Amino acid sequence: MKRQVWVTLTLLGLLAFFPLVTAATGQPFLRDVANRVMILGLAAVSLNFILGYGGLVSFGHAAFIGLGGYVVGIFASQGLTNGPLQLVVSICVSAFFAFITGLLAIKTRGVHFIMITMAFGQMAYYGLRALKAYGGDDGLPIRRRSDFGLFTLADSLTLYYVSFTALVLGLLLAHRLASSRFGLVLIATRDNERRVVASGLNPYRFQLVAYVIAGAMAGVAGFLLANFAGFISPAVGDWTRSAQLMFMVILGGAATLAGPLIGAATYLALEEILSRFTSYWQFFFGAILLGYVLVARGGLWRDIVARLSAKDRPT
Amino acid sequence: LNTSLFAIQLFNGLQFGMMLFLFAAGLTLVFGIMDVVNLSHASFFMVGAYAGSVLAKVTGSFFLALPLTLIATALIALVIEAFVMRRLYRLNHLDHVLATFGLILMFDAGFLWWFGPDGLQINLPQSLRGRTSLGFVEIPTYRLLFIGIGLAVAIGLSLLITRTKLGMLVRAAASDRQTAELMGIDPKLVFMAVFVLGSMLAGLAGMLLTGLMEASVGMGEEIIIVAFVVIVIGGIGSLKGAFIASLLVGMIDTFGRTYLGDLFRLVMQPAMADGAAPAIASMLTYLTMALVLALKPQGLFPPVTR
Repeated sequence: MKRQVWVTLTLLGLLAFFPLVTAATGQPFLRDVANRVMILGLAAVSLNFILGYGGLVSFGHAAFIGLGGYVVGIFASQGLTNGPLQLVVSICVSAFFAFITGLLAIKTRGVHFIMITMAFGQMAYYGLRALKAYGGDDGLPIRRRSDFGLFTLADSLTLYYVSFTALVLGLLLAHRLASSRFGLVLIATRDNERRVVASGLNPYRFQLVAYVIAGAMAGVAGFLLANFAGFISPAVGDWTRSAQLMFMVILGGAATLAGPLIGAATYLALEEILSRFTSYWQFFFGAILLGYVLVARGGLWRDIVARLSAKDRPT
Repeated sequence: LNTSLFAIQLFNGLQFGMMLFLFAAGLTLVFGIMDVVNLSHASFFMVGAYAGSVLAKVTGSFFLALPLTLIATALIALVIEAFVMRRLYRLNHLDHVLATFGLILMFDAGFLWWFGPDGLQINLPQSLRGRTSLGFVEIPTYRLLFIGIGLAVAIGLSLLITRTKLGMLVRAAASDRQTAELMGIDPKLVFMAVFVLGSMLAGLAGMLLTGLMEASVGMGEEIIIVAFVVIVIGGIGSLKGAFIASLLVGMIDTFGRTYLGDLFRLVMQPAMADGAAPAIASMLTYLTMALVLALKPQGLFPPVTR
């Protein structure tokens, strides 16, 4: 845990000074990439909280991002650019959706849970697509960004540091919760639910609260993403986006503090690099994903080595 | 209420339900028997659709392309089974999800590269383009064929599982793998057969759909979510549950989209009803799932063993 904290602090330190580097070298584009890393990193941190520590393989997480983003979009289109208000409503809406769907989903286990969270996520996606007054399929441009009085998110450097602050707070919350009694129950339930029940605890409540917290945190990521992109569309909440978030968490290392952030950074870096070489970059993404599972988890590498060395030594 | 419109919607719902069943049957079998969450089932749907439209064009015959498509899908399924699925059986669900999502990305990008962004469509033979009179109403012949094939597959599958040697092996391997192995059954062969069969059914559904709308990259990704809903409602691993839930979801979705607006107009202002109805209609399937789960968390027909 100690090492995780140091890795995280180093990464955050780098991110804090990154705008100075990009300004000095004249590459503001890279700062935008870093900003996306932080926003999606926050979403990945929230997913890791339930997936990594809680063992709840939630497959509809992008829906919370979509809901949080749509709050900004709908408010802005009505001329309401009050930042604190938008933020609070974003959190409430995504937390409420997490609560309602979690009530049912968390009663189930394993593959049921995967399929049900996926289905509820897709329900939100279709709900957003049906908002004809707010762009429907095409989504909604956000002409005026959130206004916090002292500052507005229209300025990209301000948005960068607001995202940074949100990420720091998200990581802090996840870290504190994971090492608290609450987090211990969550982890214990992941590892052996029967023993937790036998100890006289009700895991359902703990998991539901964790699910709501994670949903709210992803809602904040949606709030930031909408301000960052100046645009929100139902596609943000599609299930393939949920799969990407899951990929980030696993890539960086589930149930670790720095993992989701590293995963988000690796994912976006891969996307930037691969998409420059070919427009069919998703193919290589898929291959990496598949290869990762087969090699790292399925022992493909071990099997190949075993087979090769068996050939070397004739019996 | 307009009776002929109602009857047409009834058949549309039946046809949609049959497509869902063809797709969900494979998914629920693969899960129920091998305990593998297979997202790439969506890709086999797409494989069937593209193979079907290409083969129909090459051979010039829809009815010749149908079995050829099944063979093509089966061959691809064999390759995927040998290189990927076989290694996934012993991993956990999260690994299944990630690996098969990787497969989806590869299939999608590969198809986009090979076929380009434009969709493909099947030119139906003259005999399937018209309508068939059922006395009180005329139904597009192709939809009737679709429903017929779906019913035939449902009957065939249930006979296969309950009455044949293969079905017995499948049930044995599903209910207790270790004992089955000790009795001399090779579960690998059974798993392979089930995976290939399931993928062929997805391919069949894809090809049949291409007679109604264009084949496009990523076409399976919307269907697979609805299929998950079907499986959850029906009870995971249950073929009977998948059949009944498919019809239920097919009907609810079709009738919701047609009549929900009128229903809402009874209780709210027209403008509001027109705004709310499409939103609720597109979510109706999921609300049904939520209702079923609230009442029966294991689905309507939970598997007896396991």
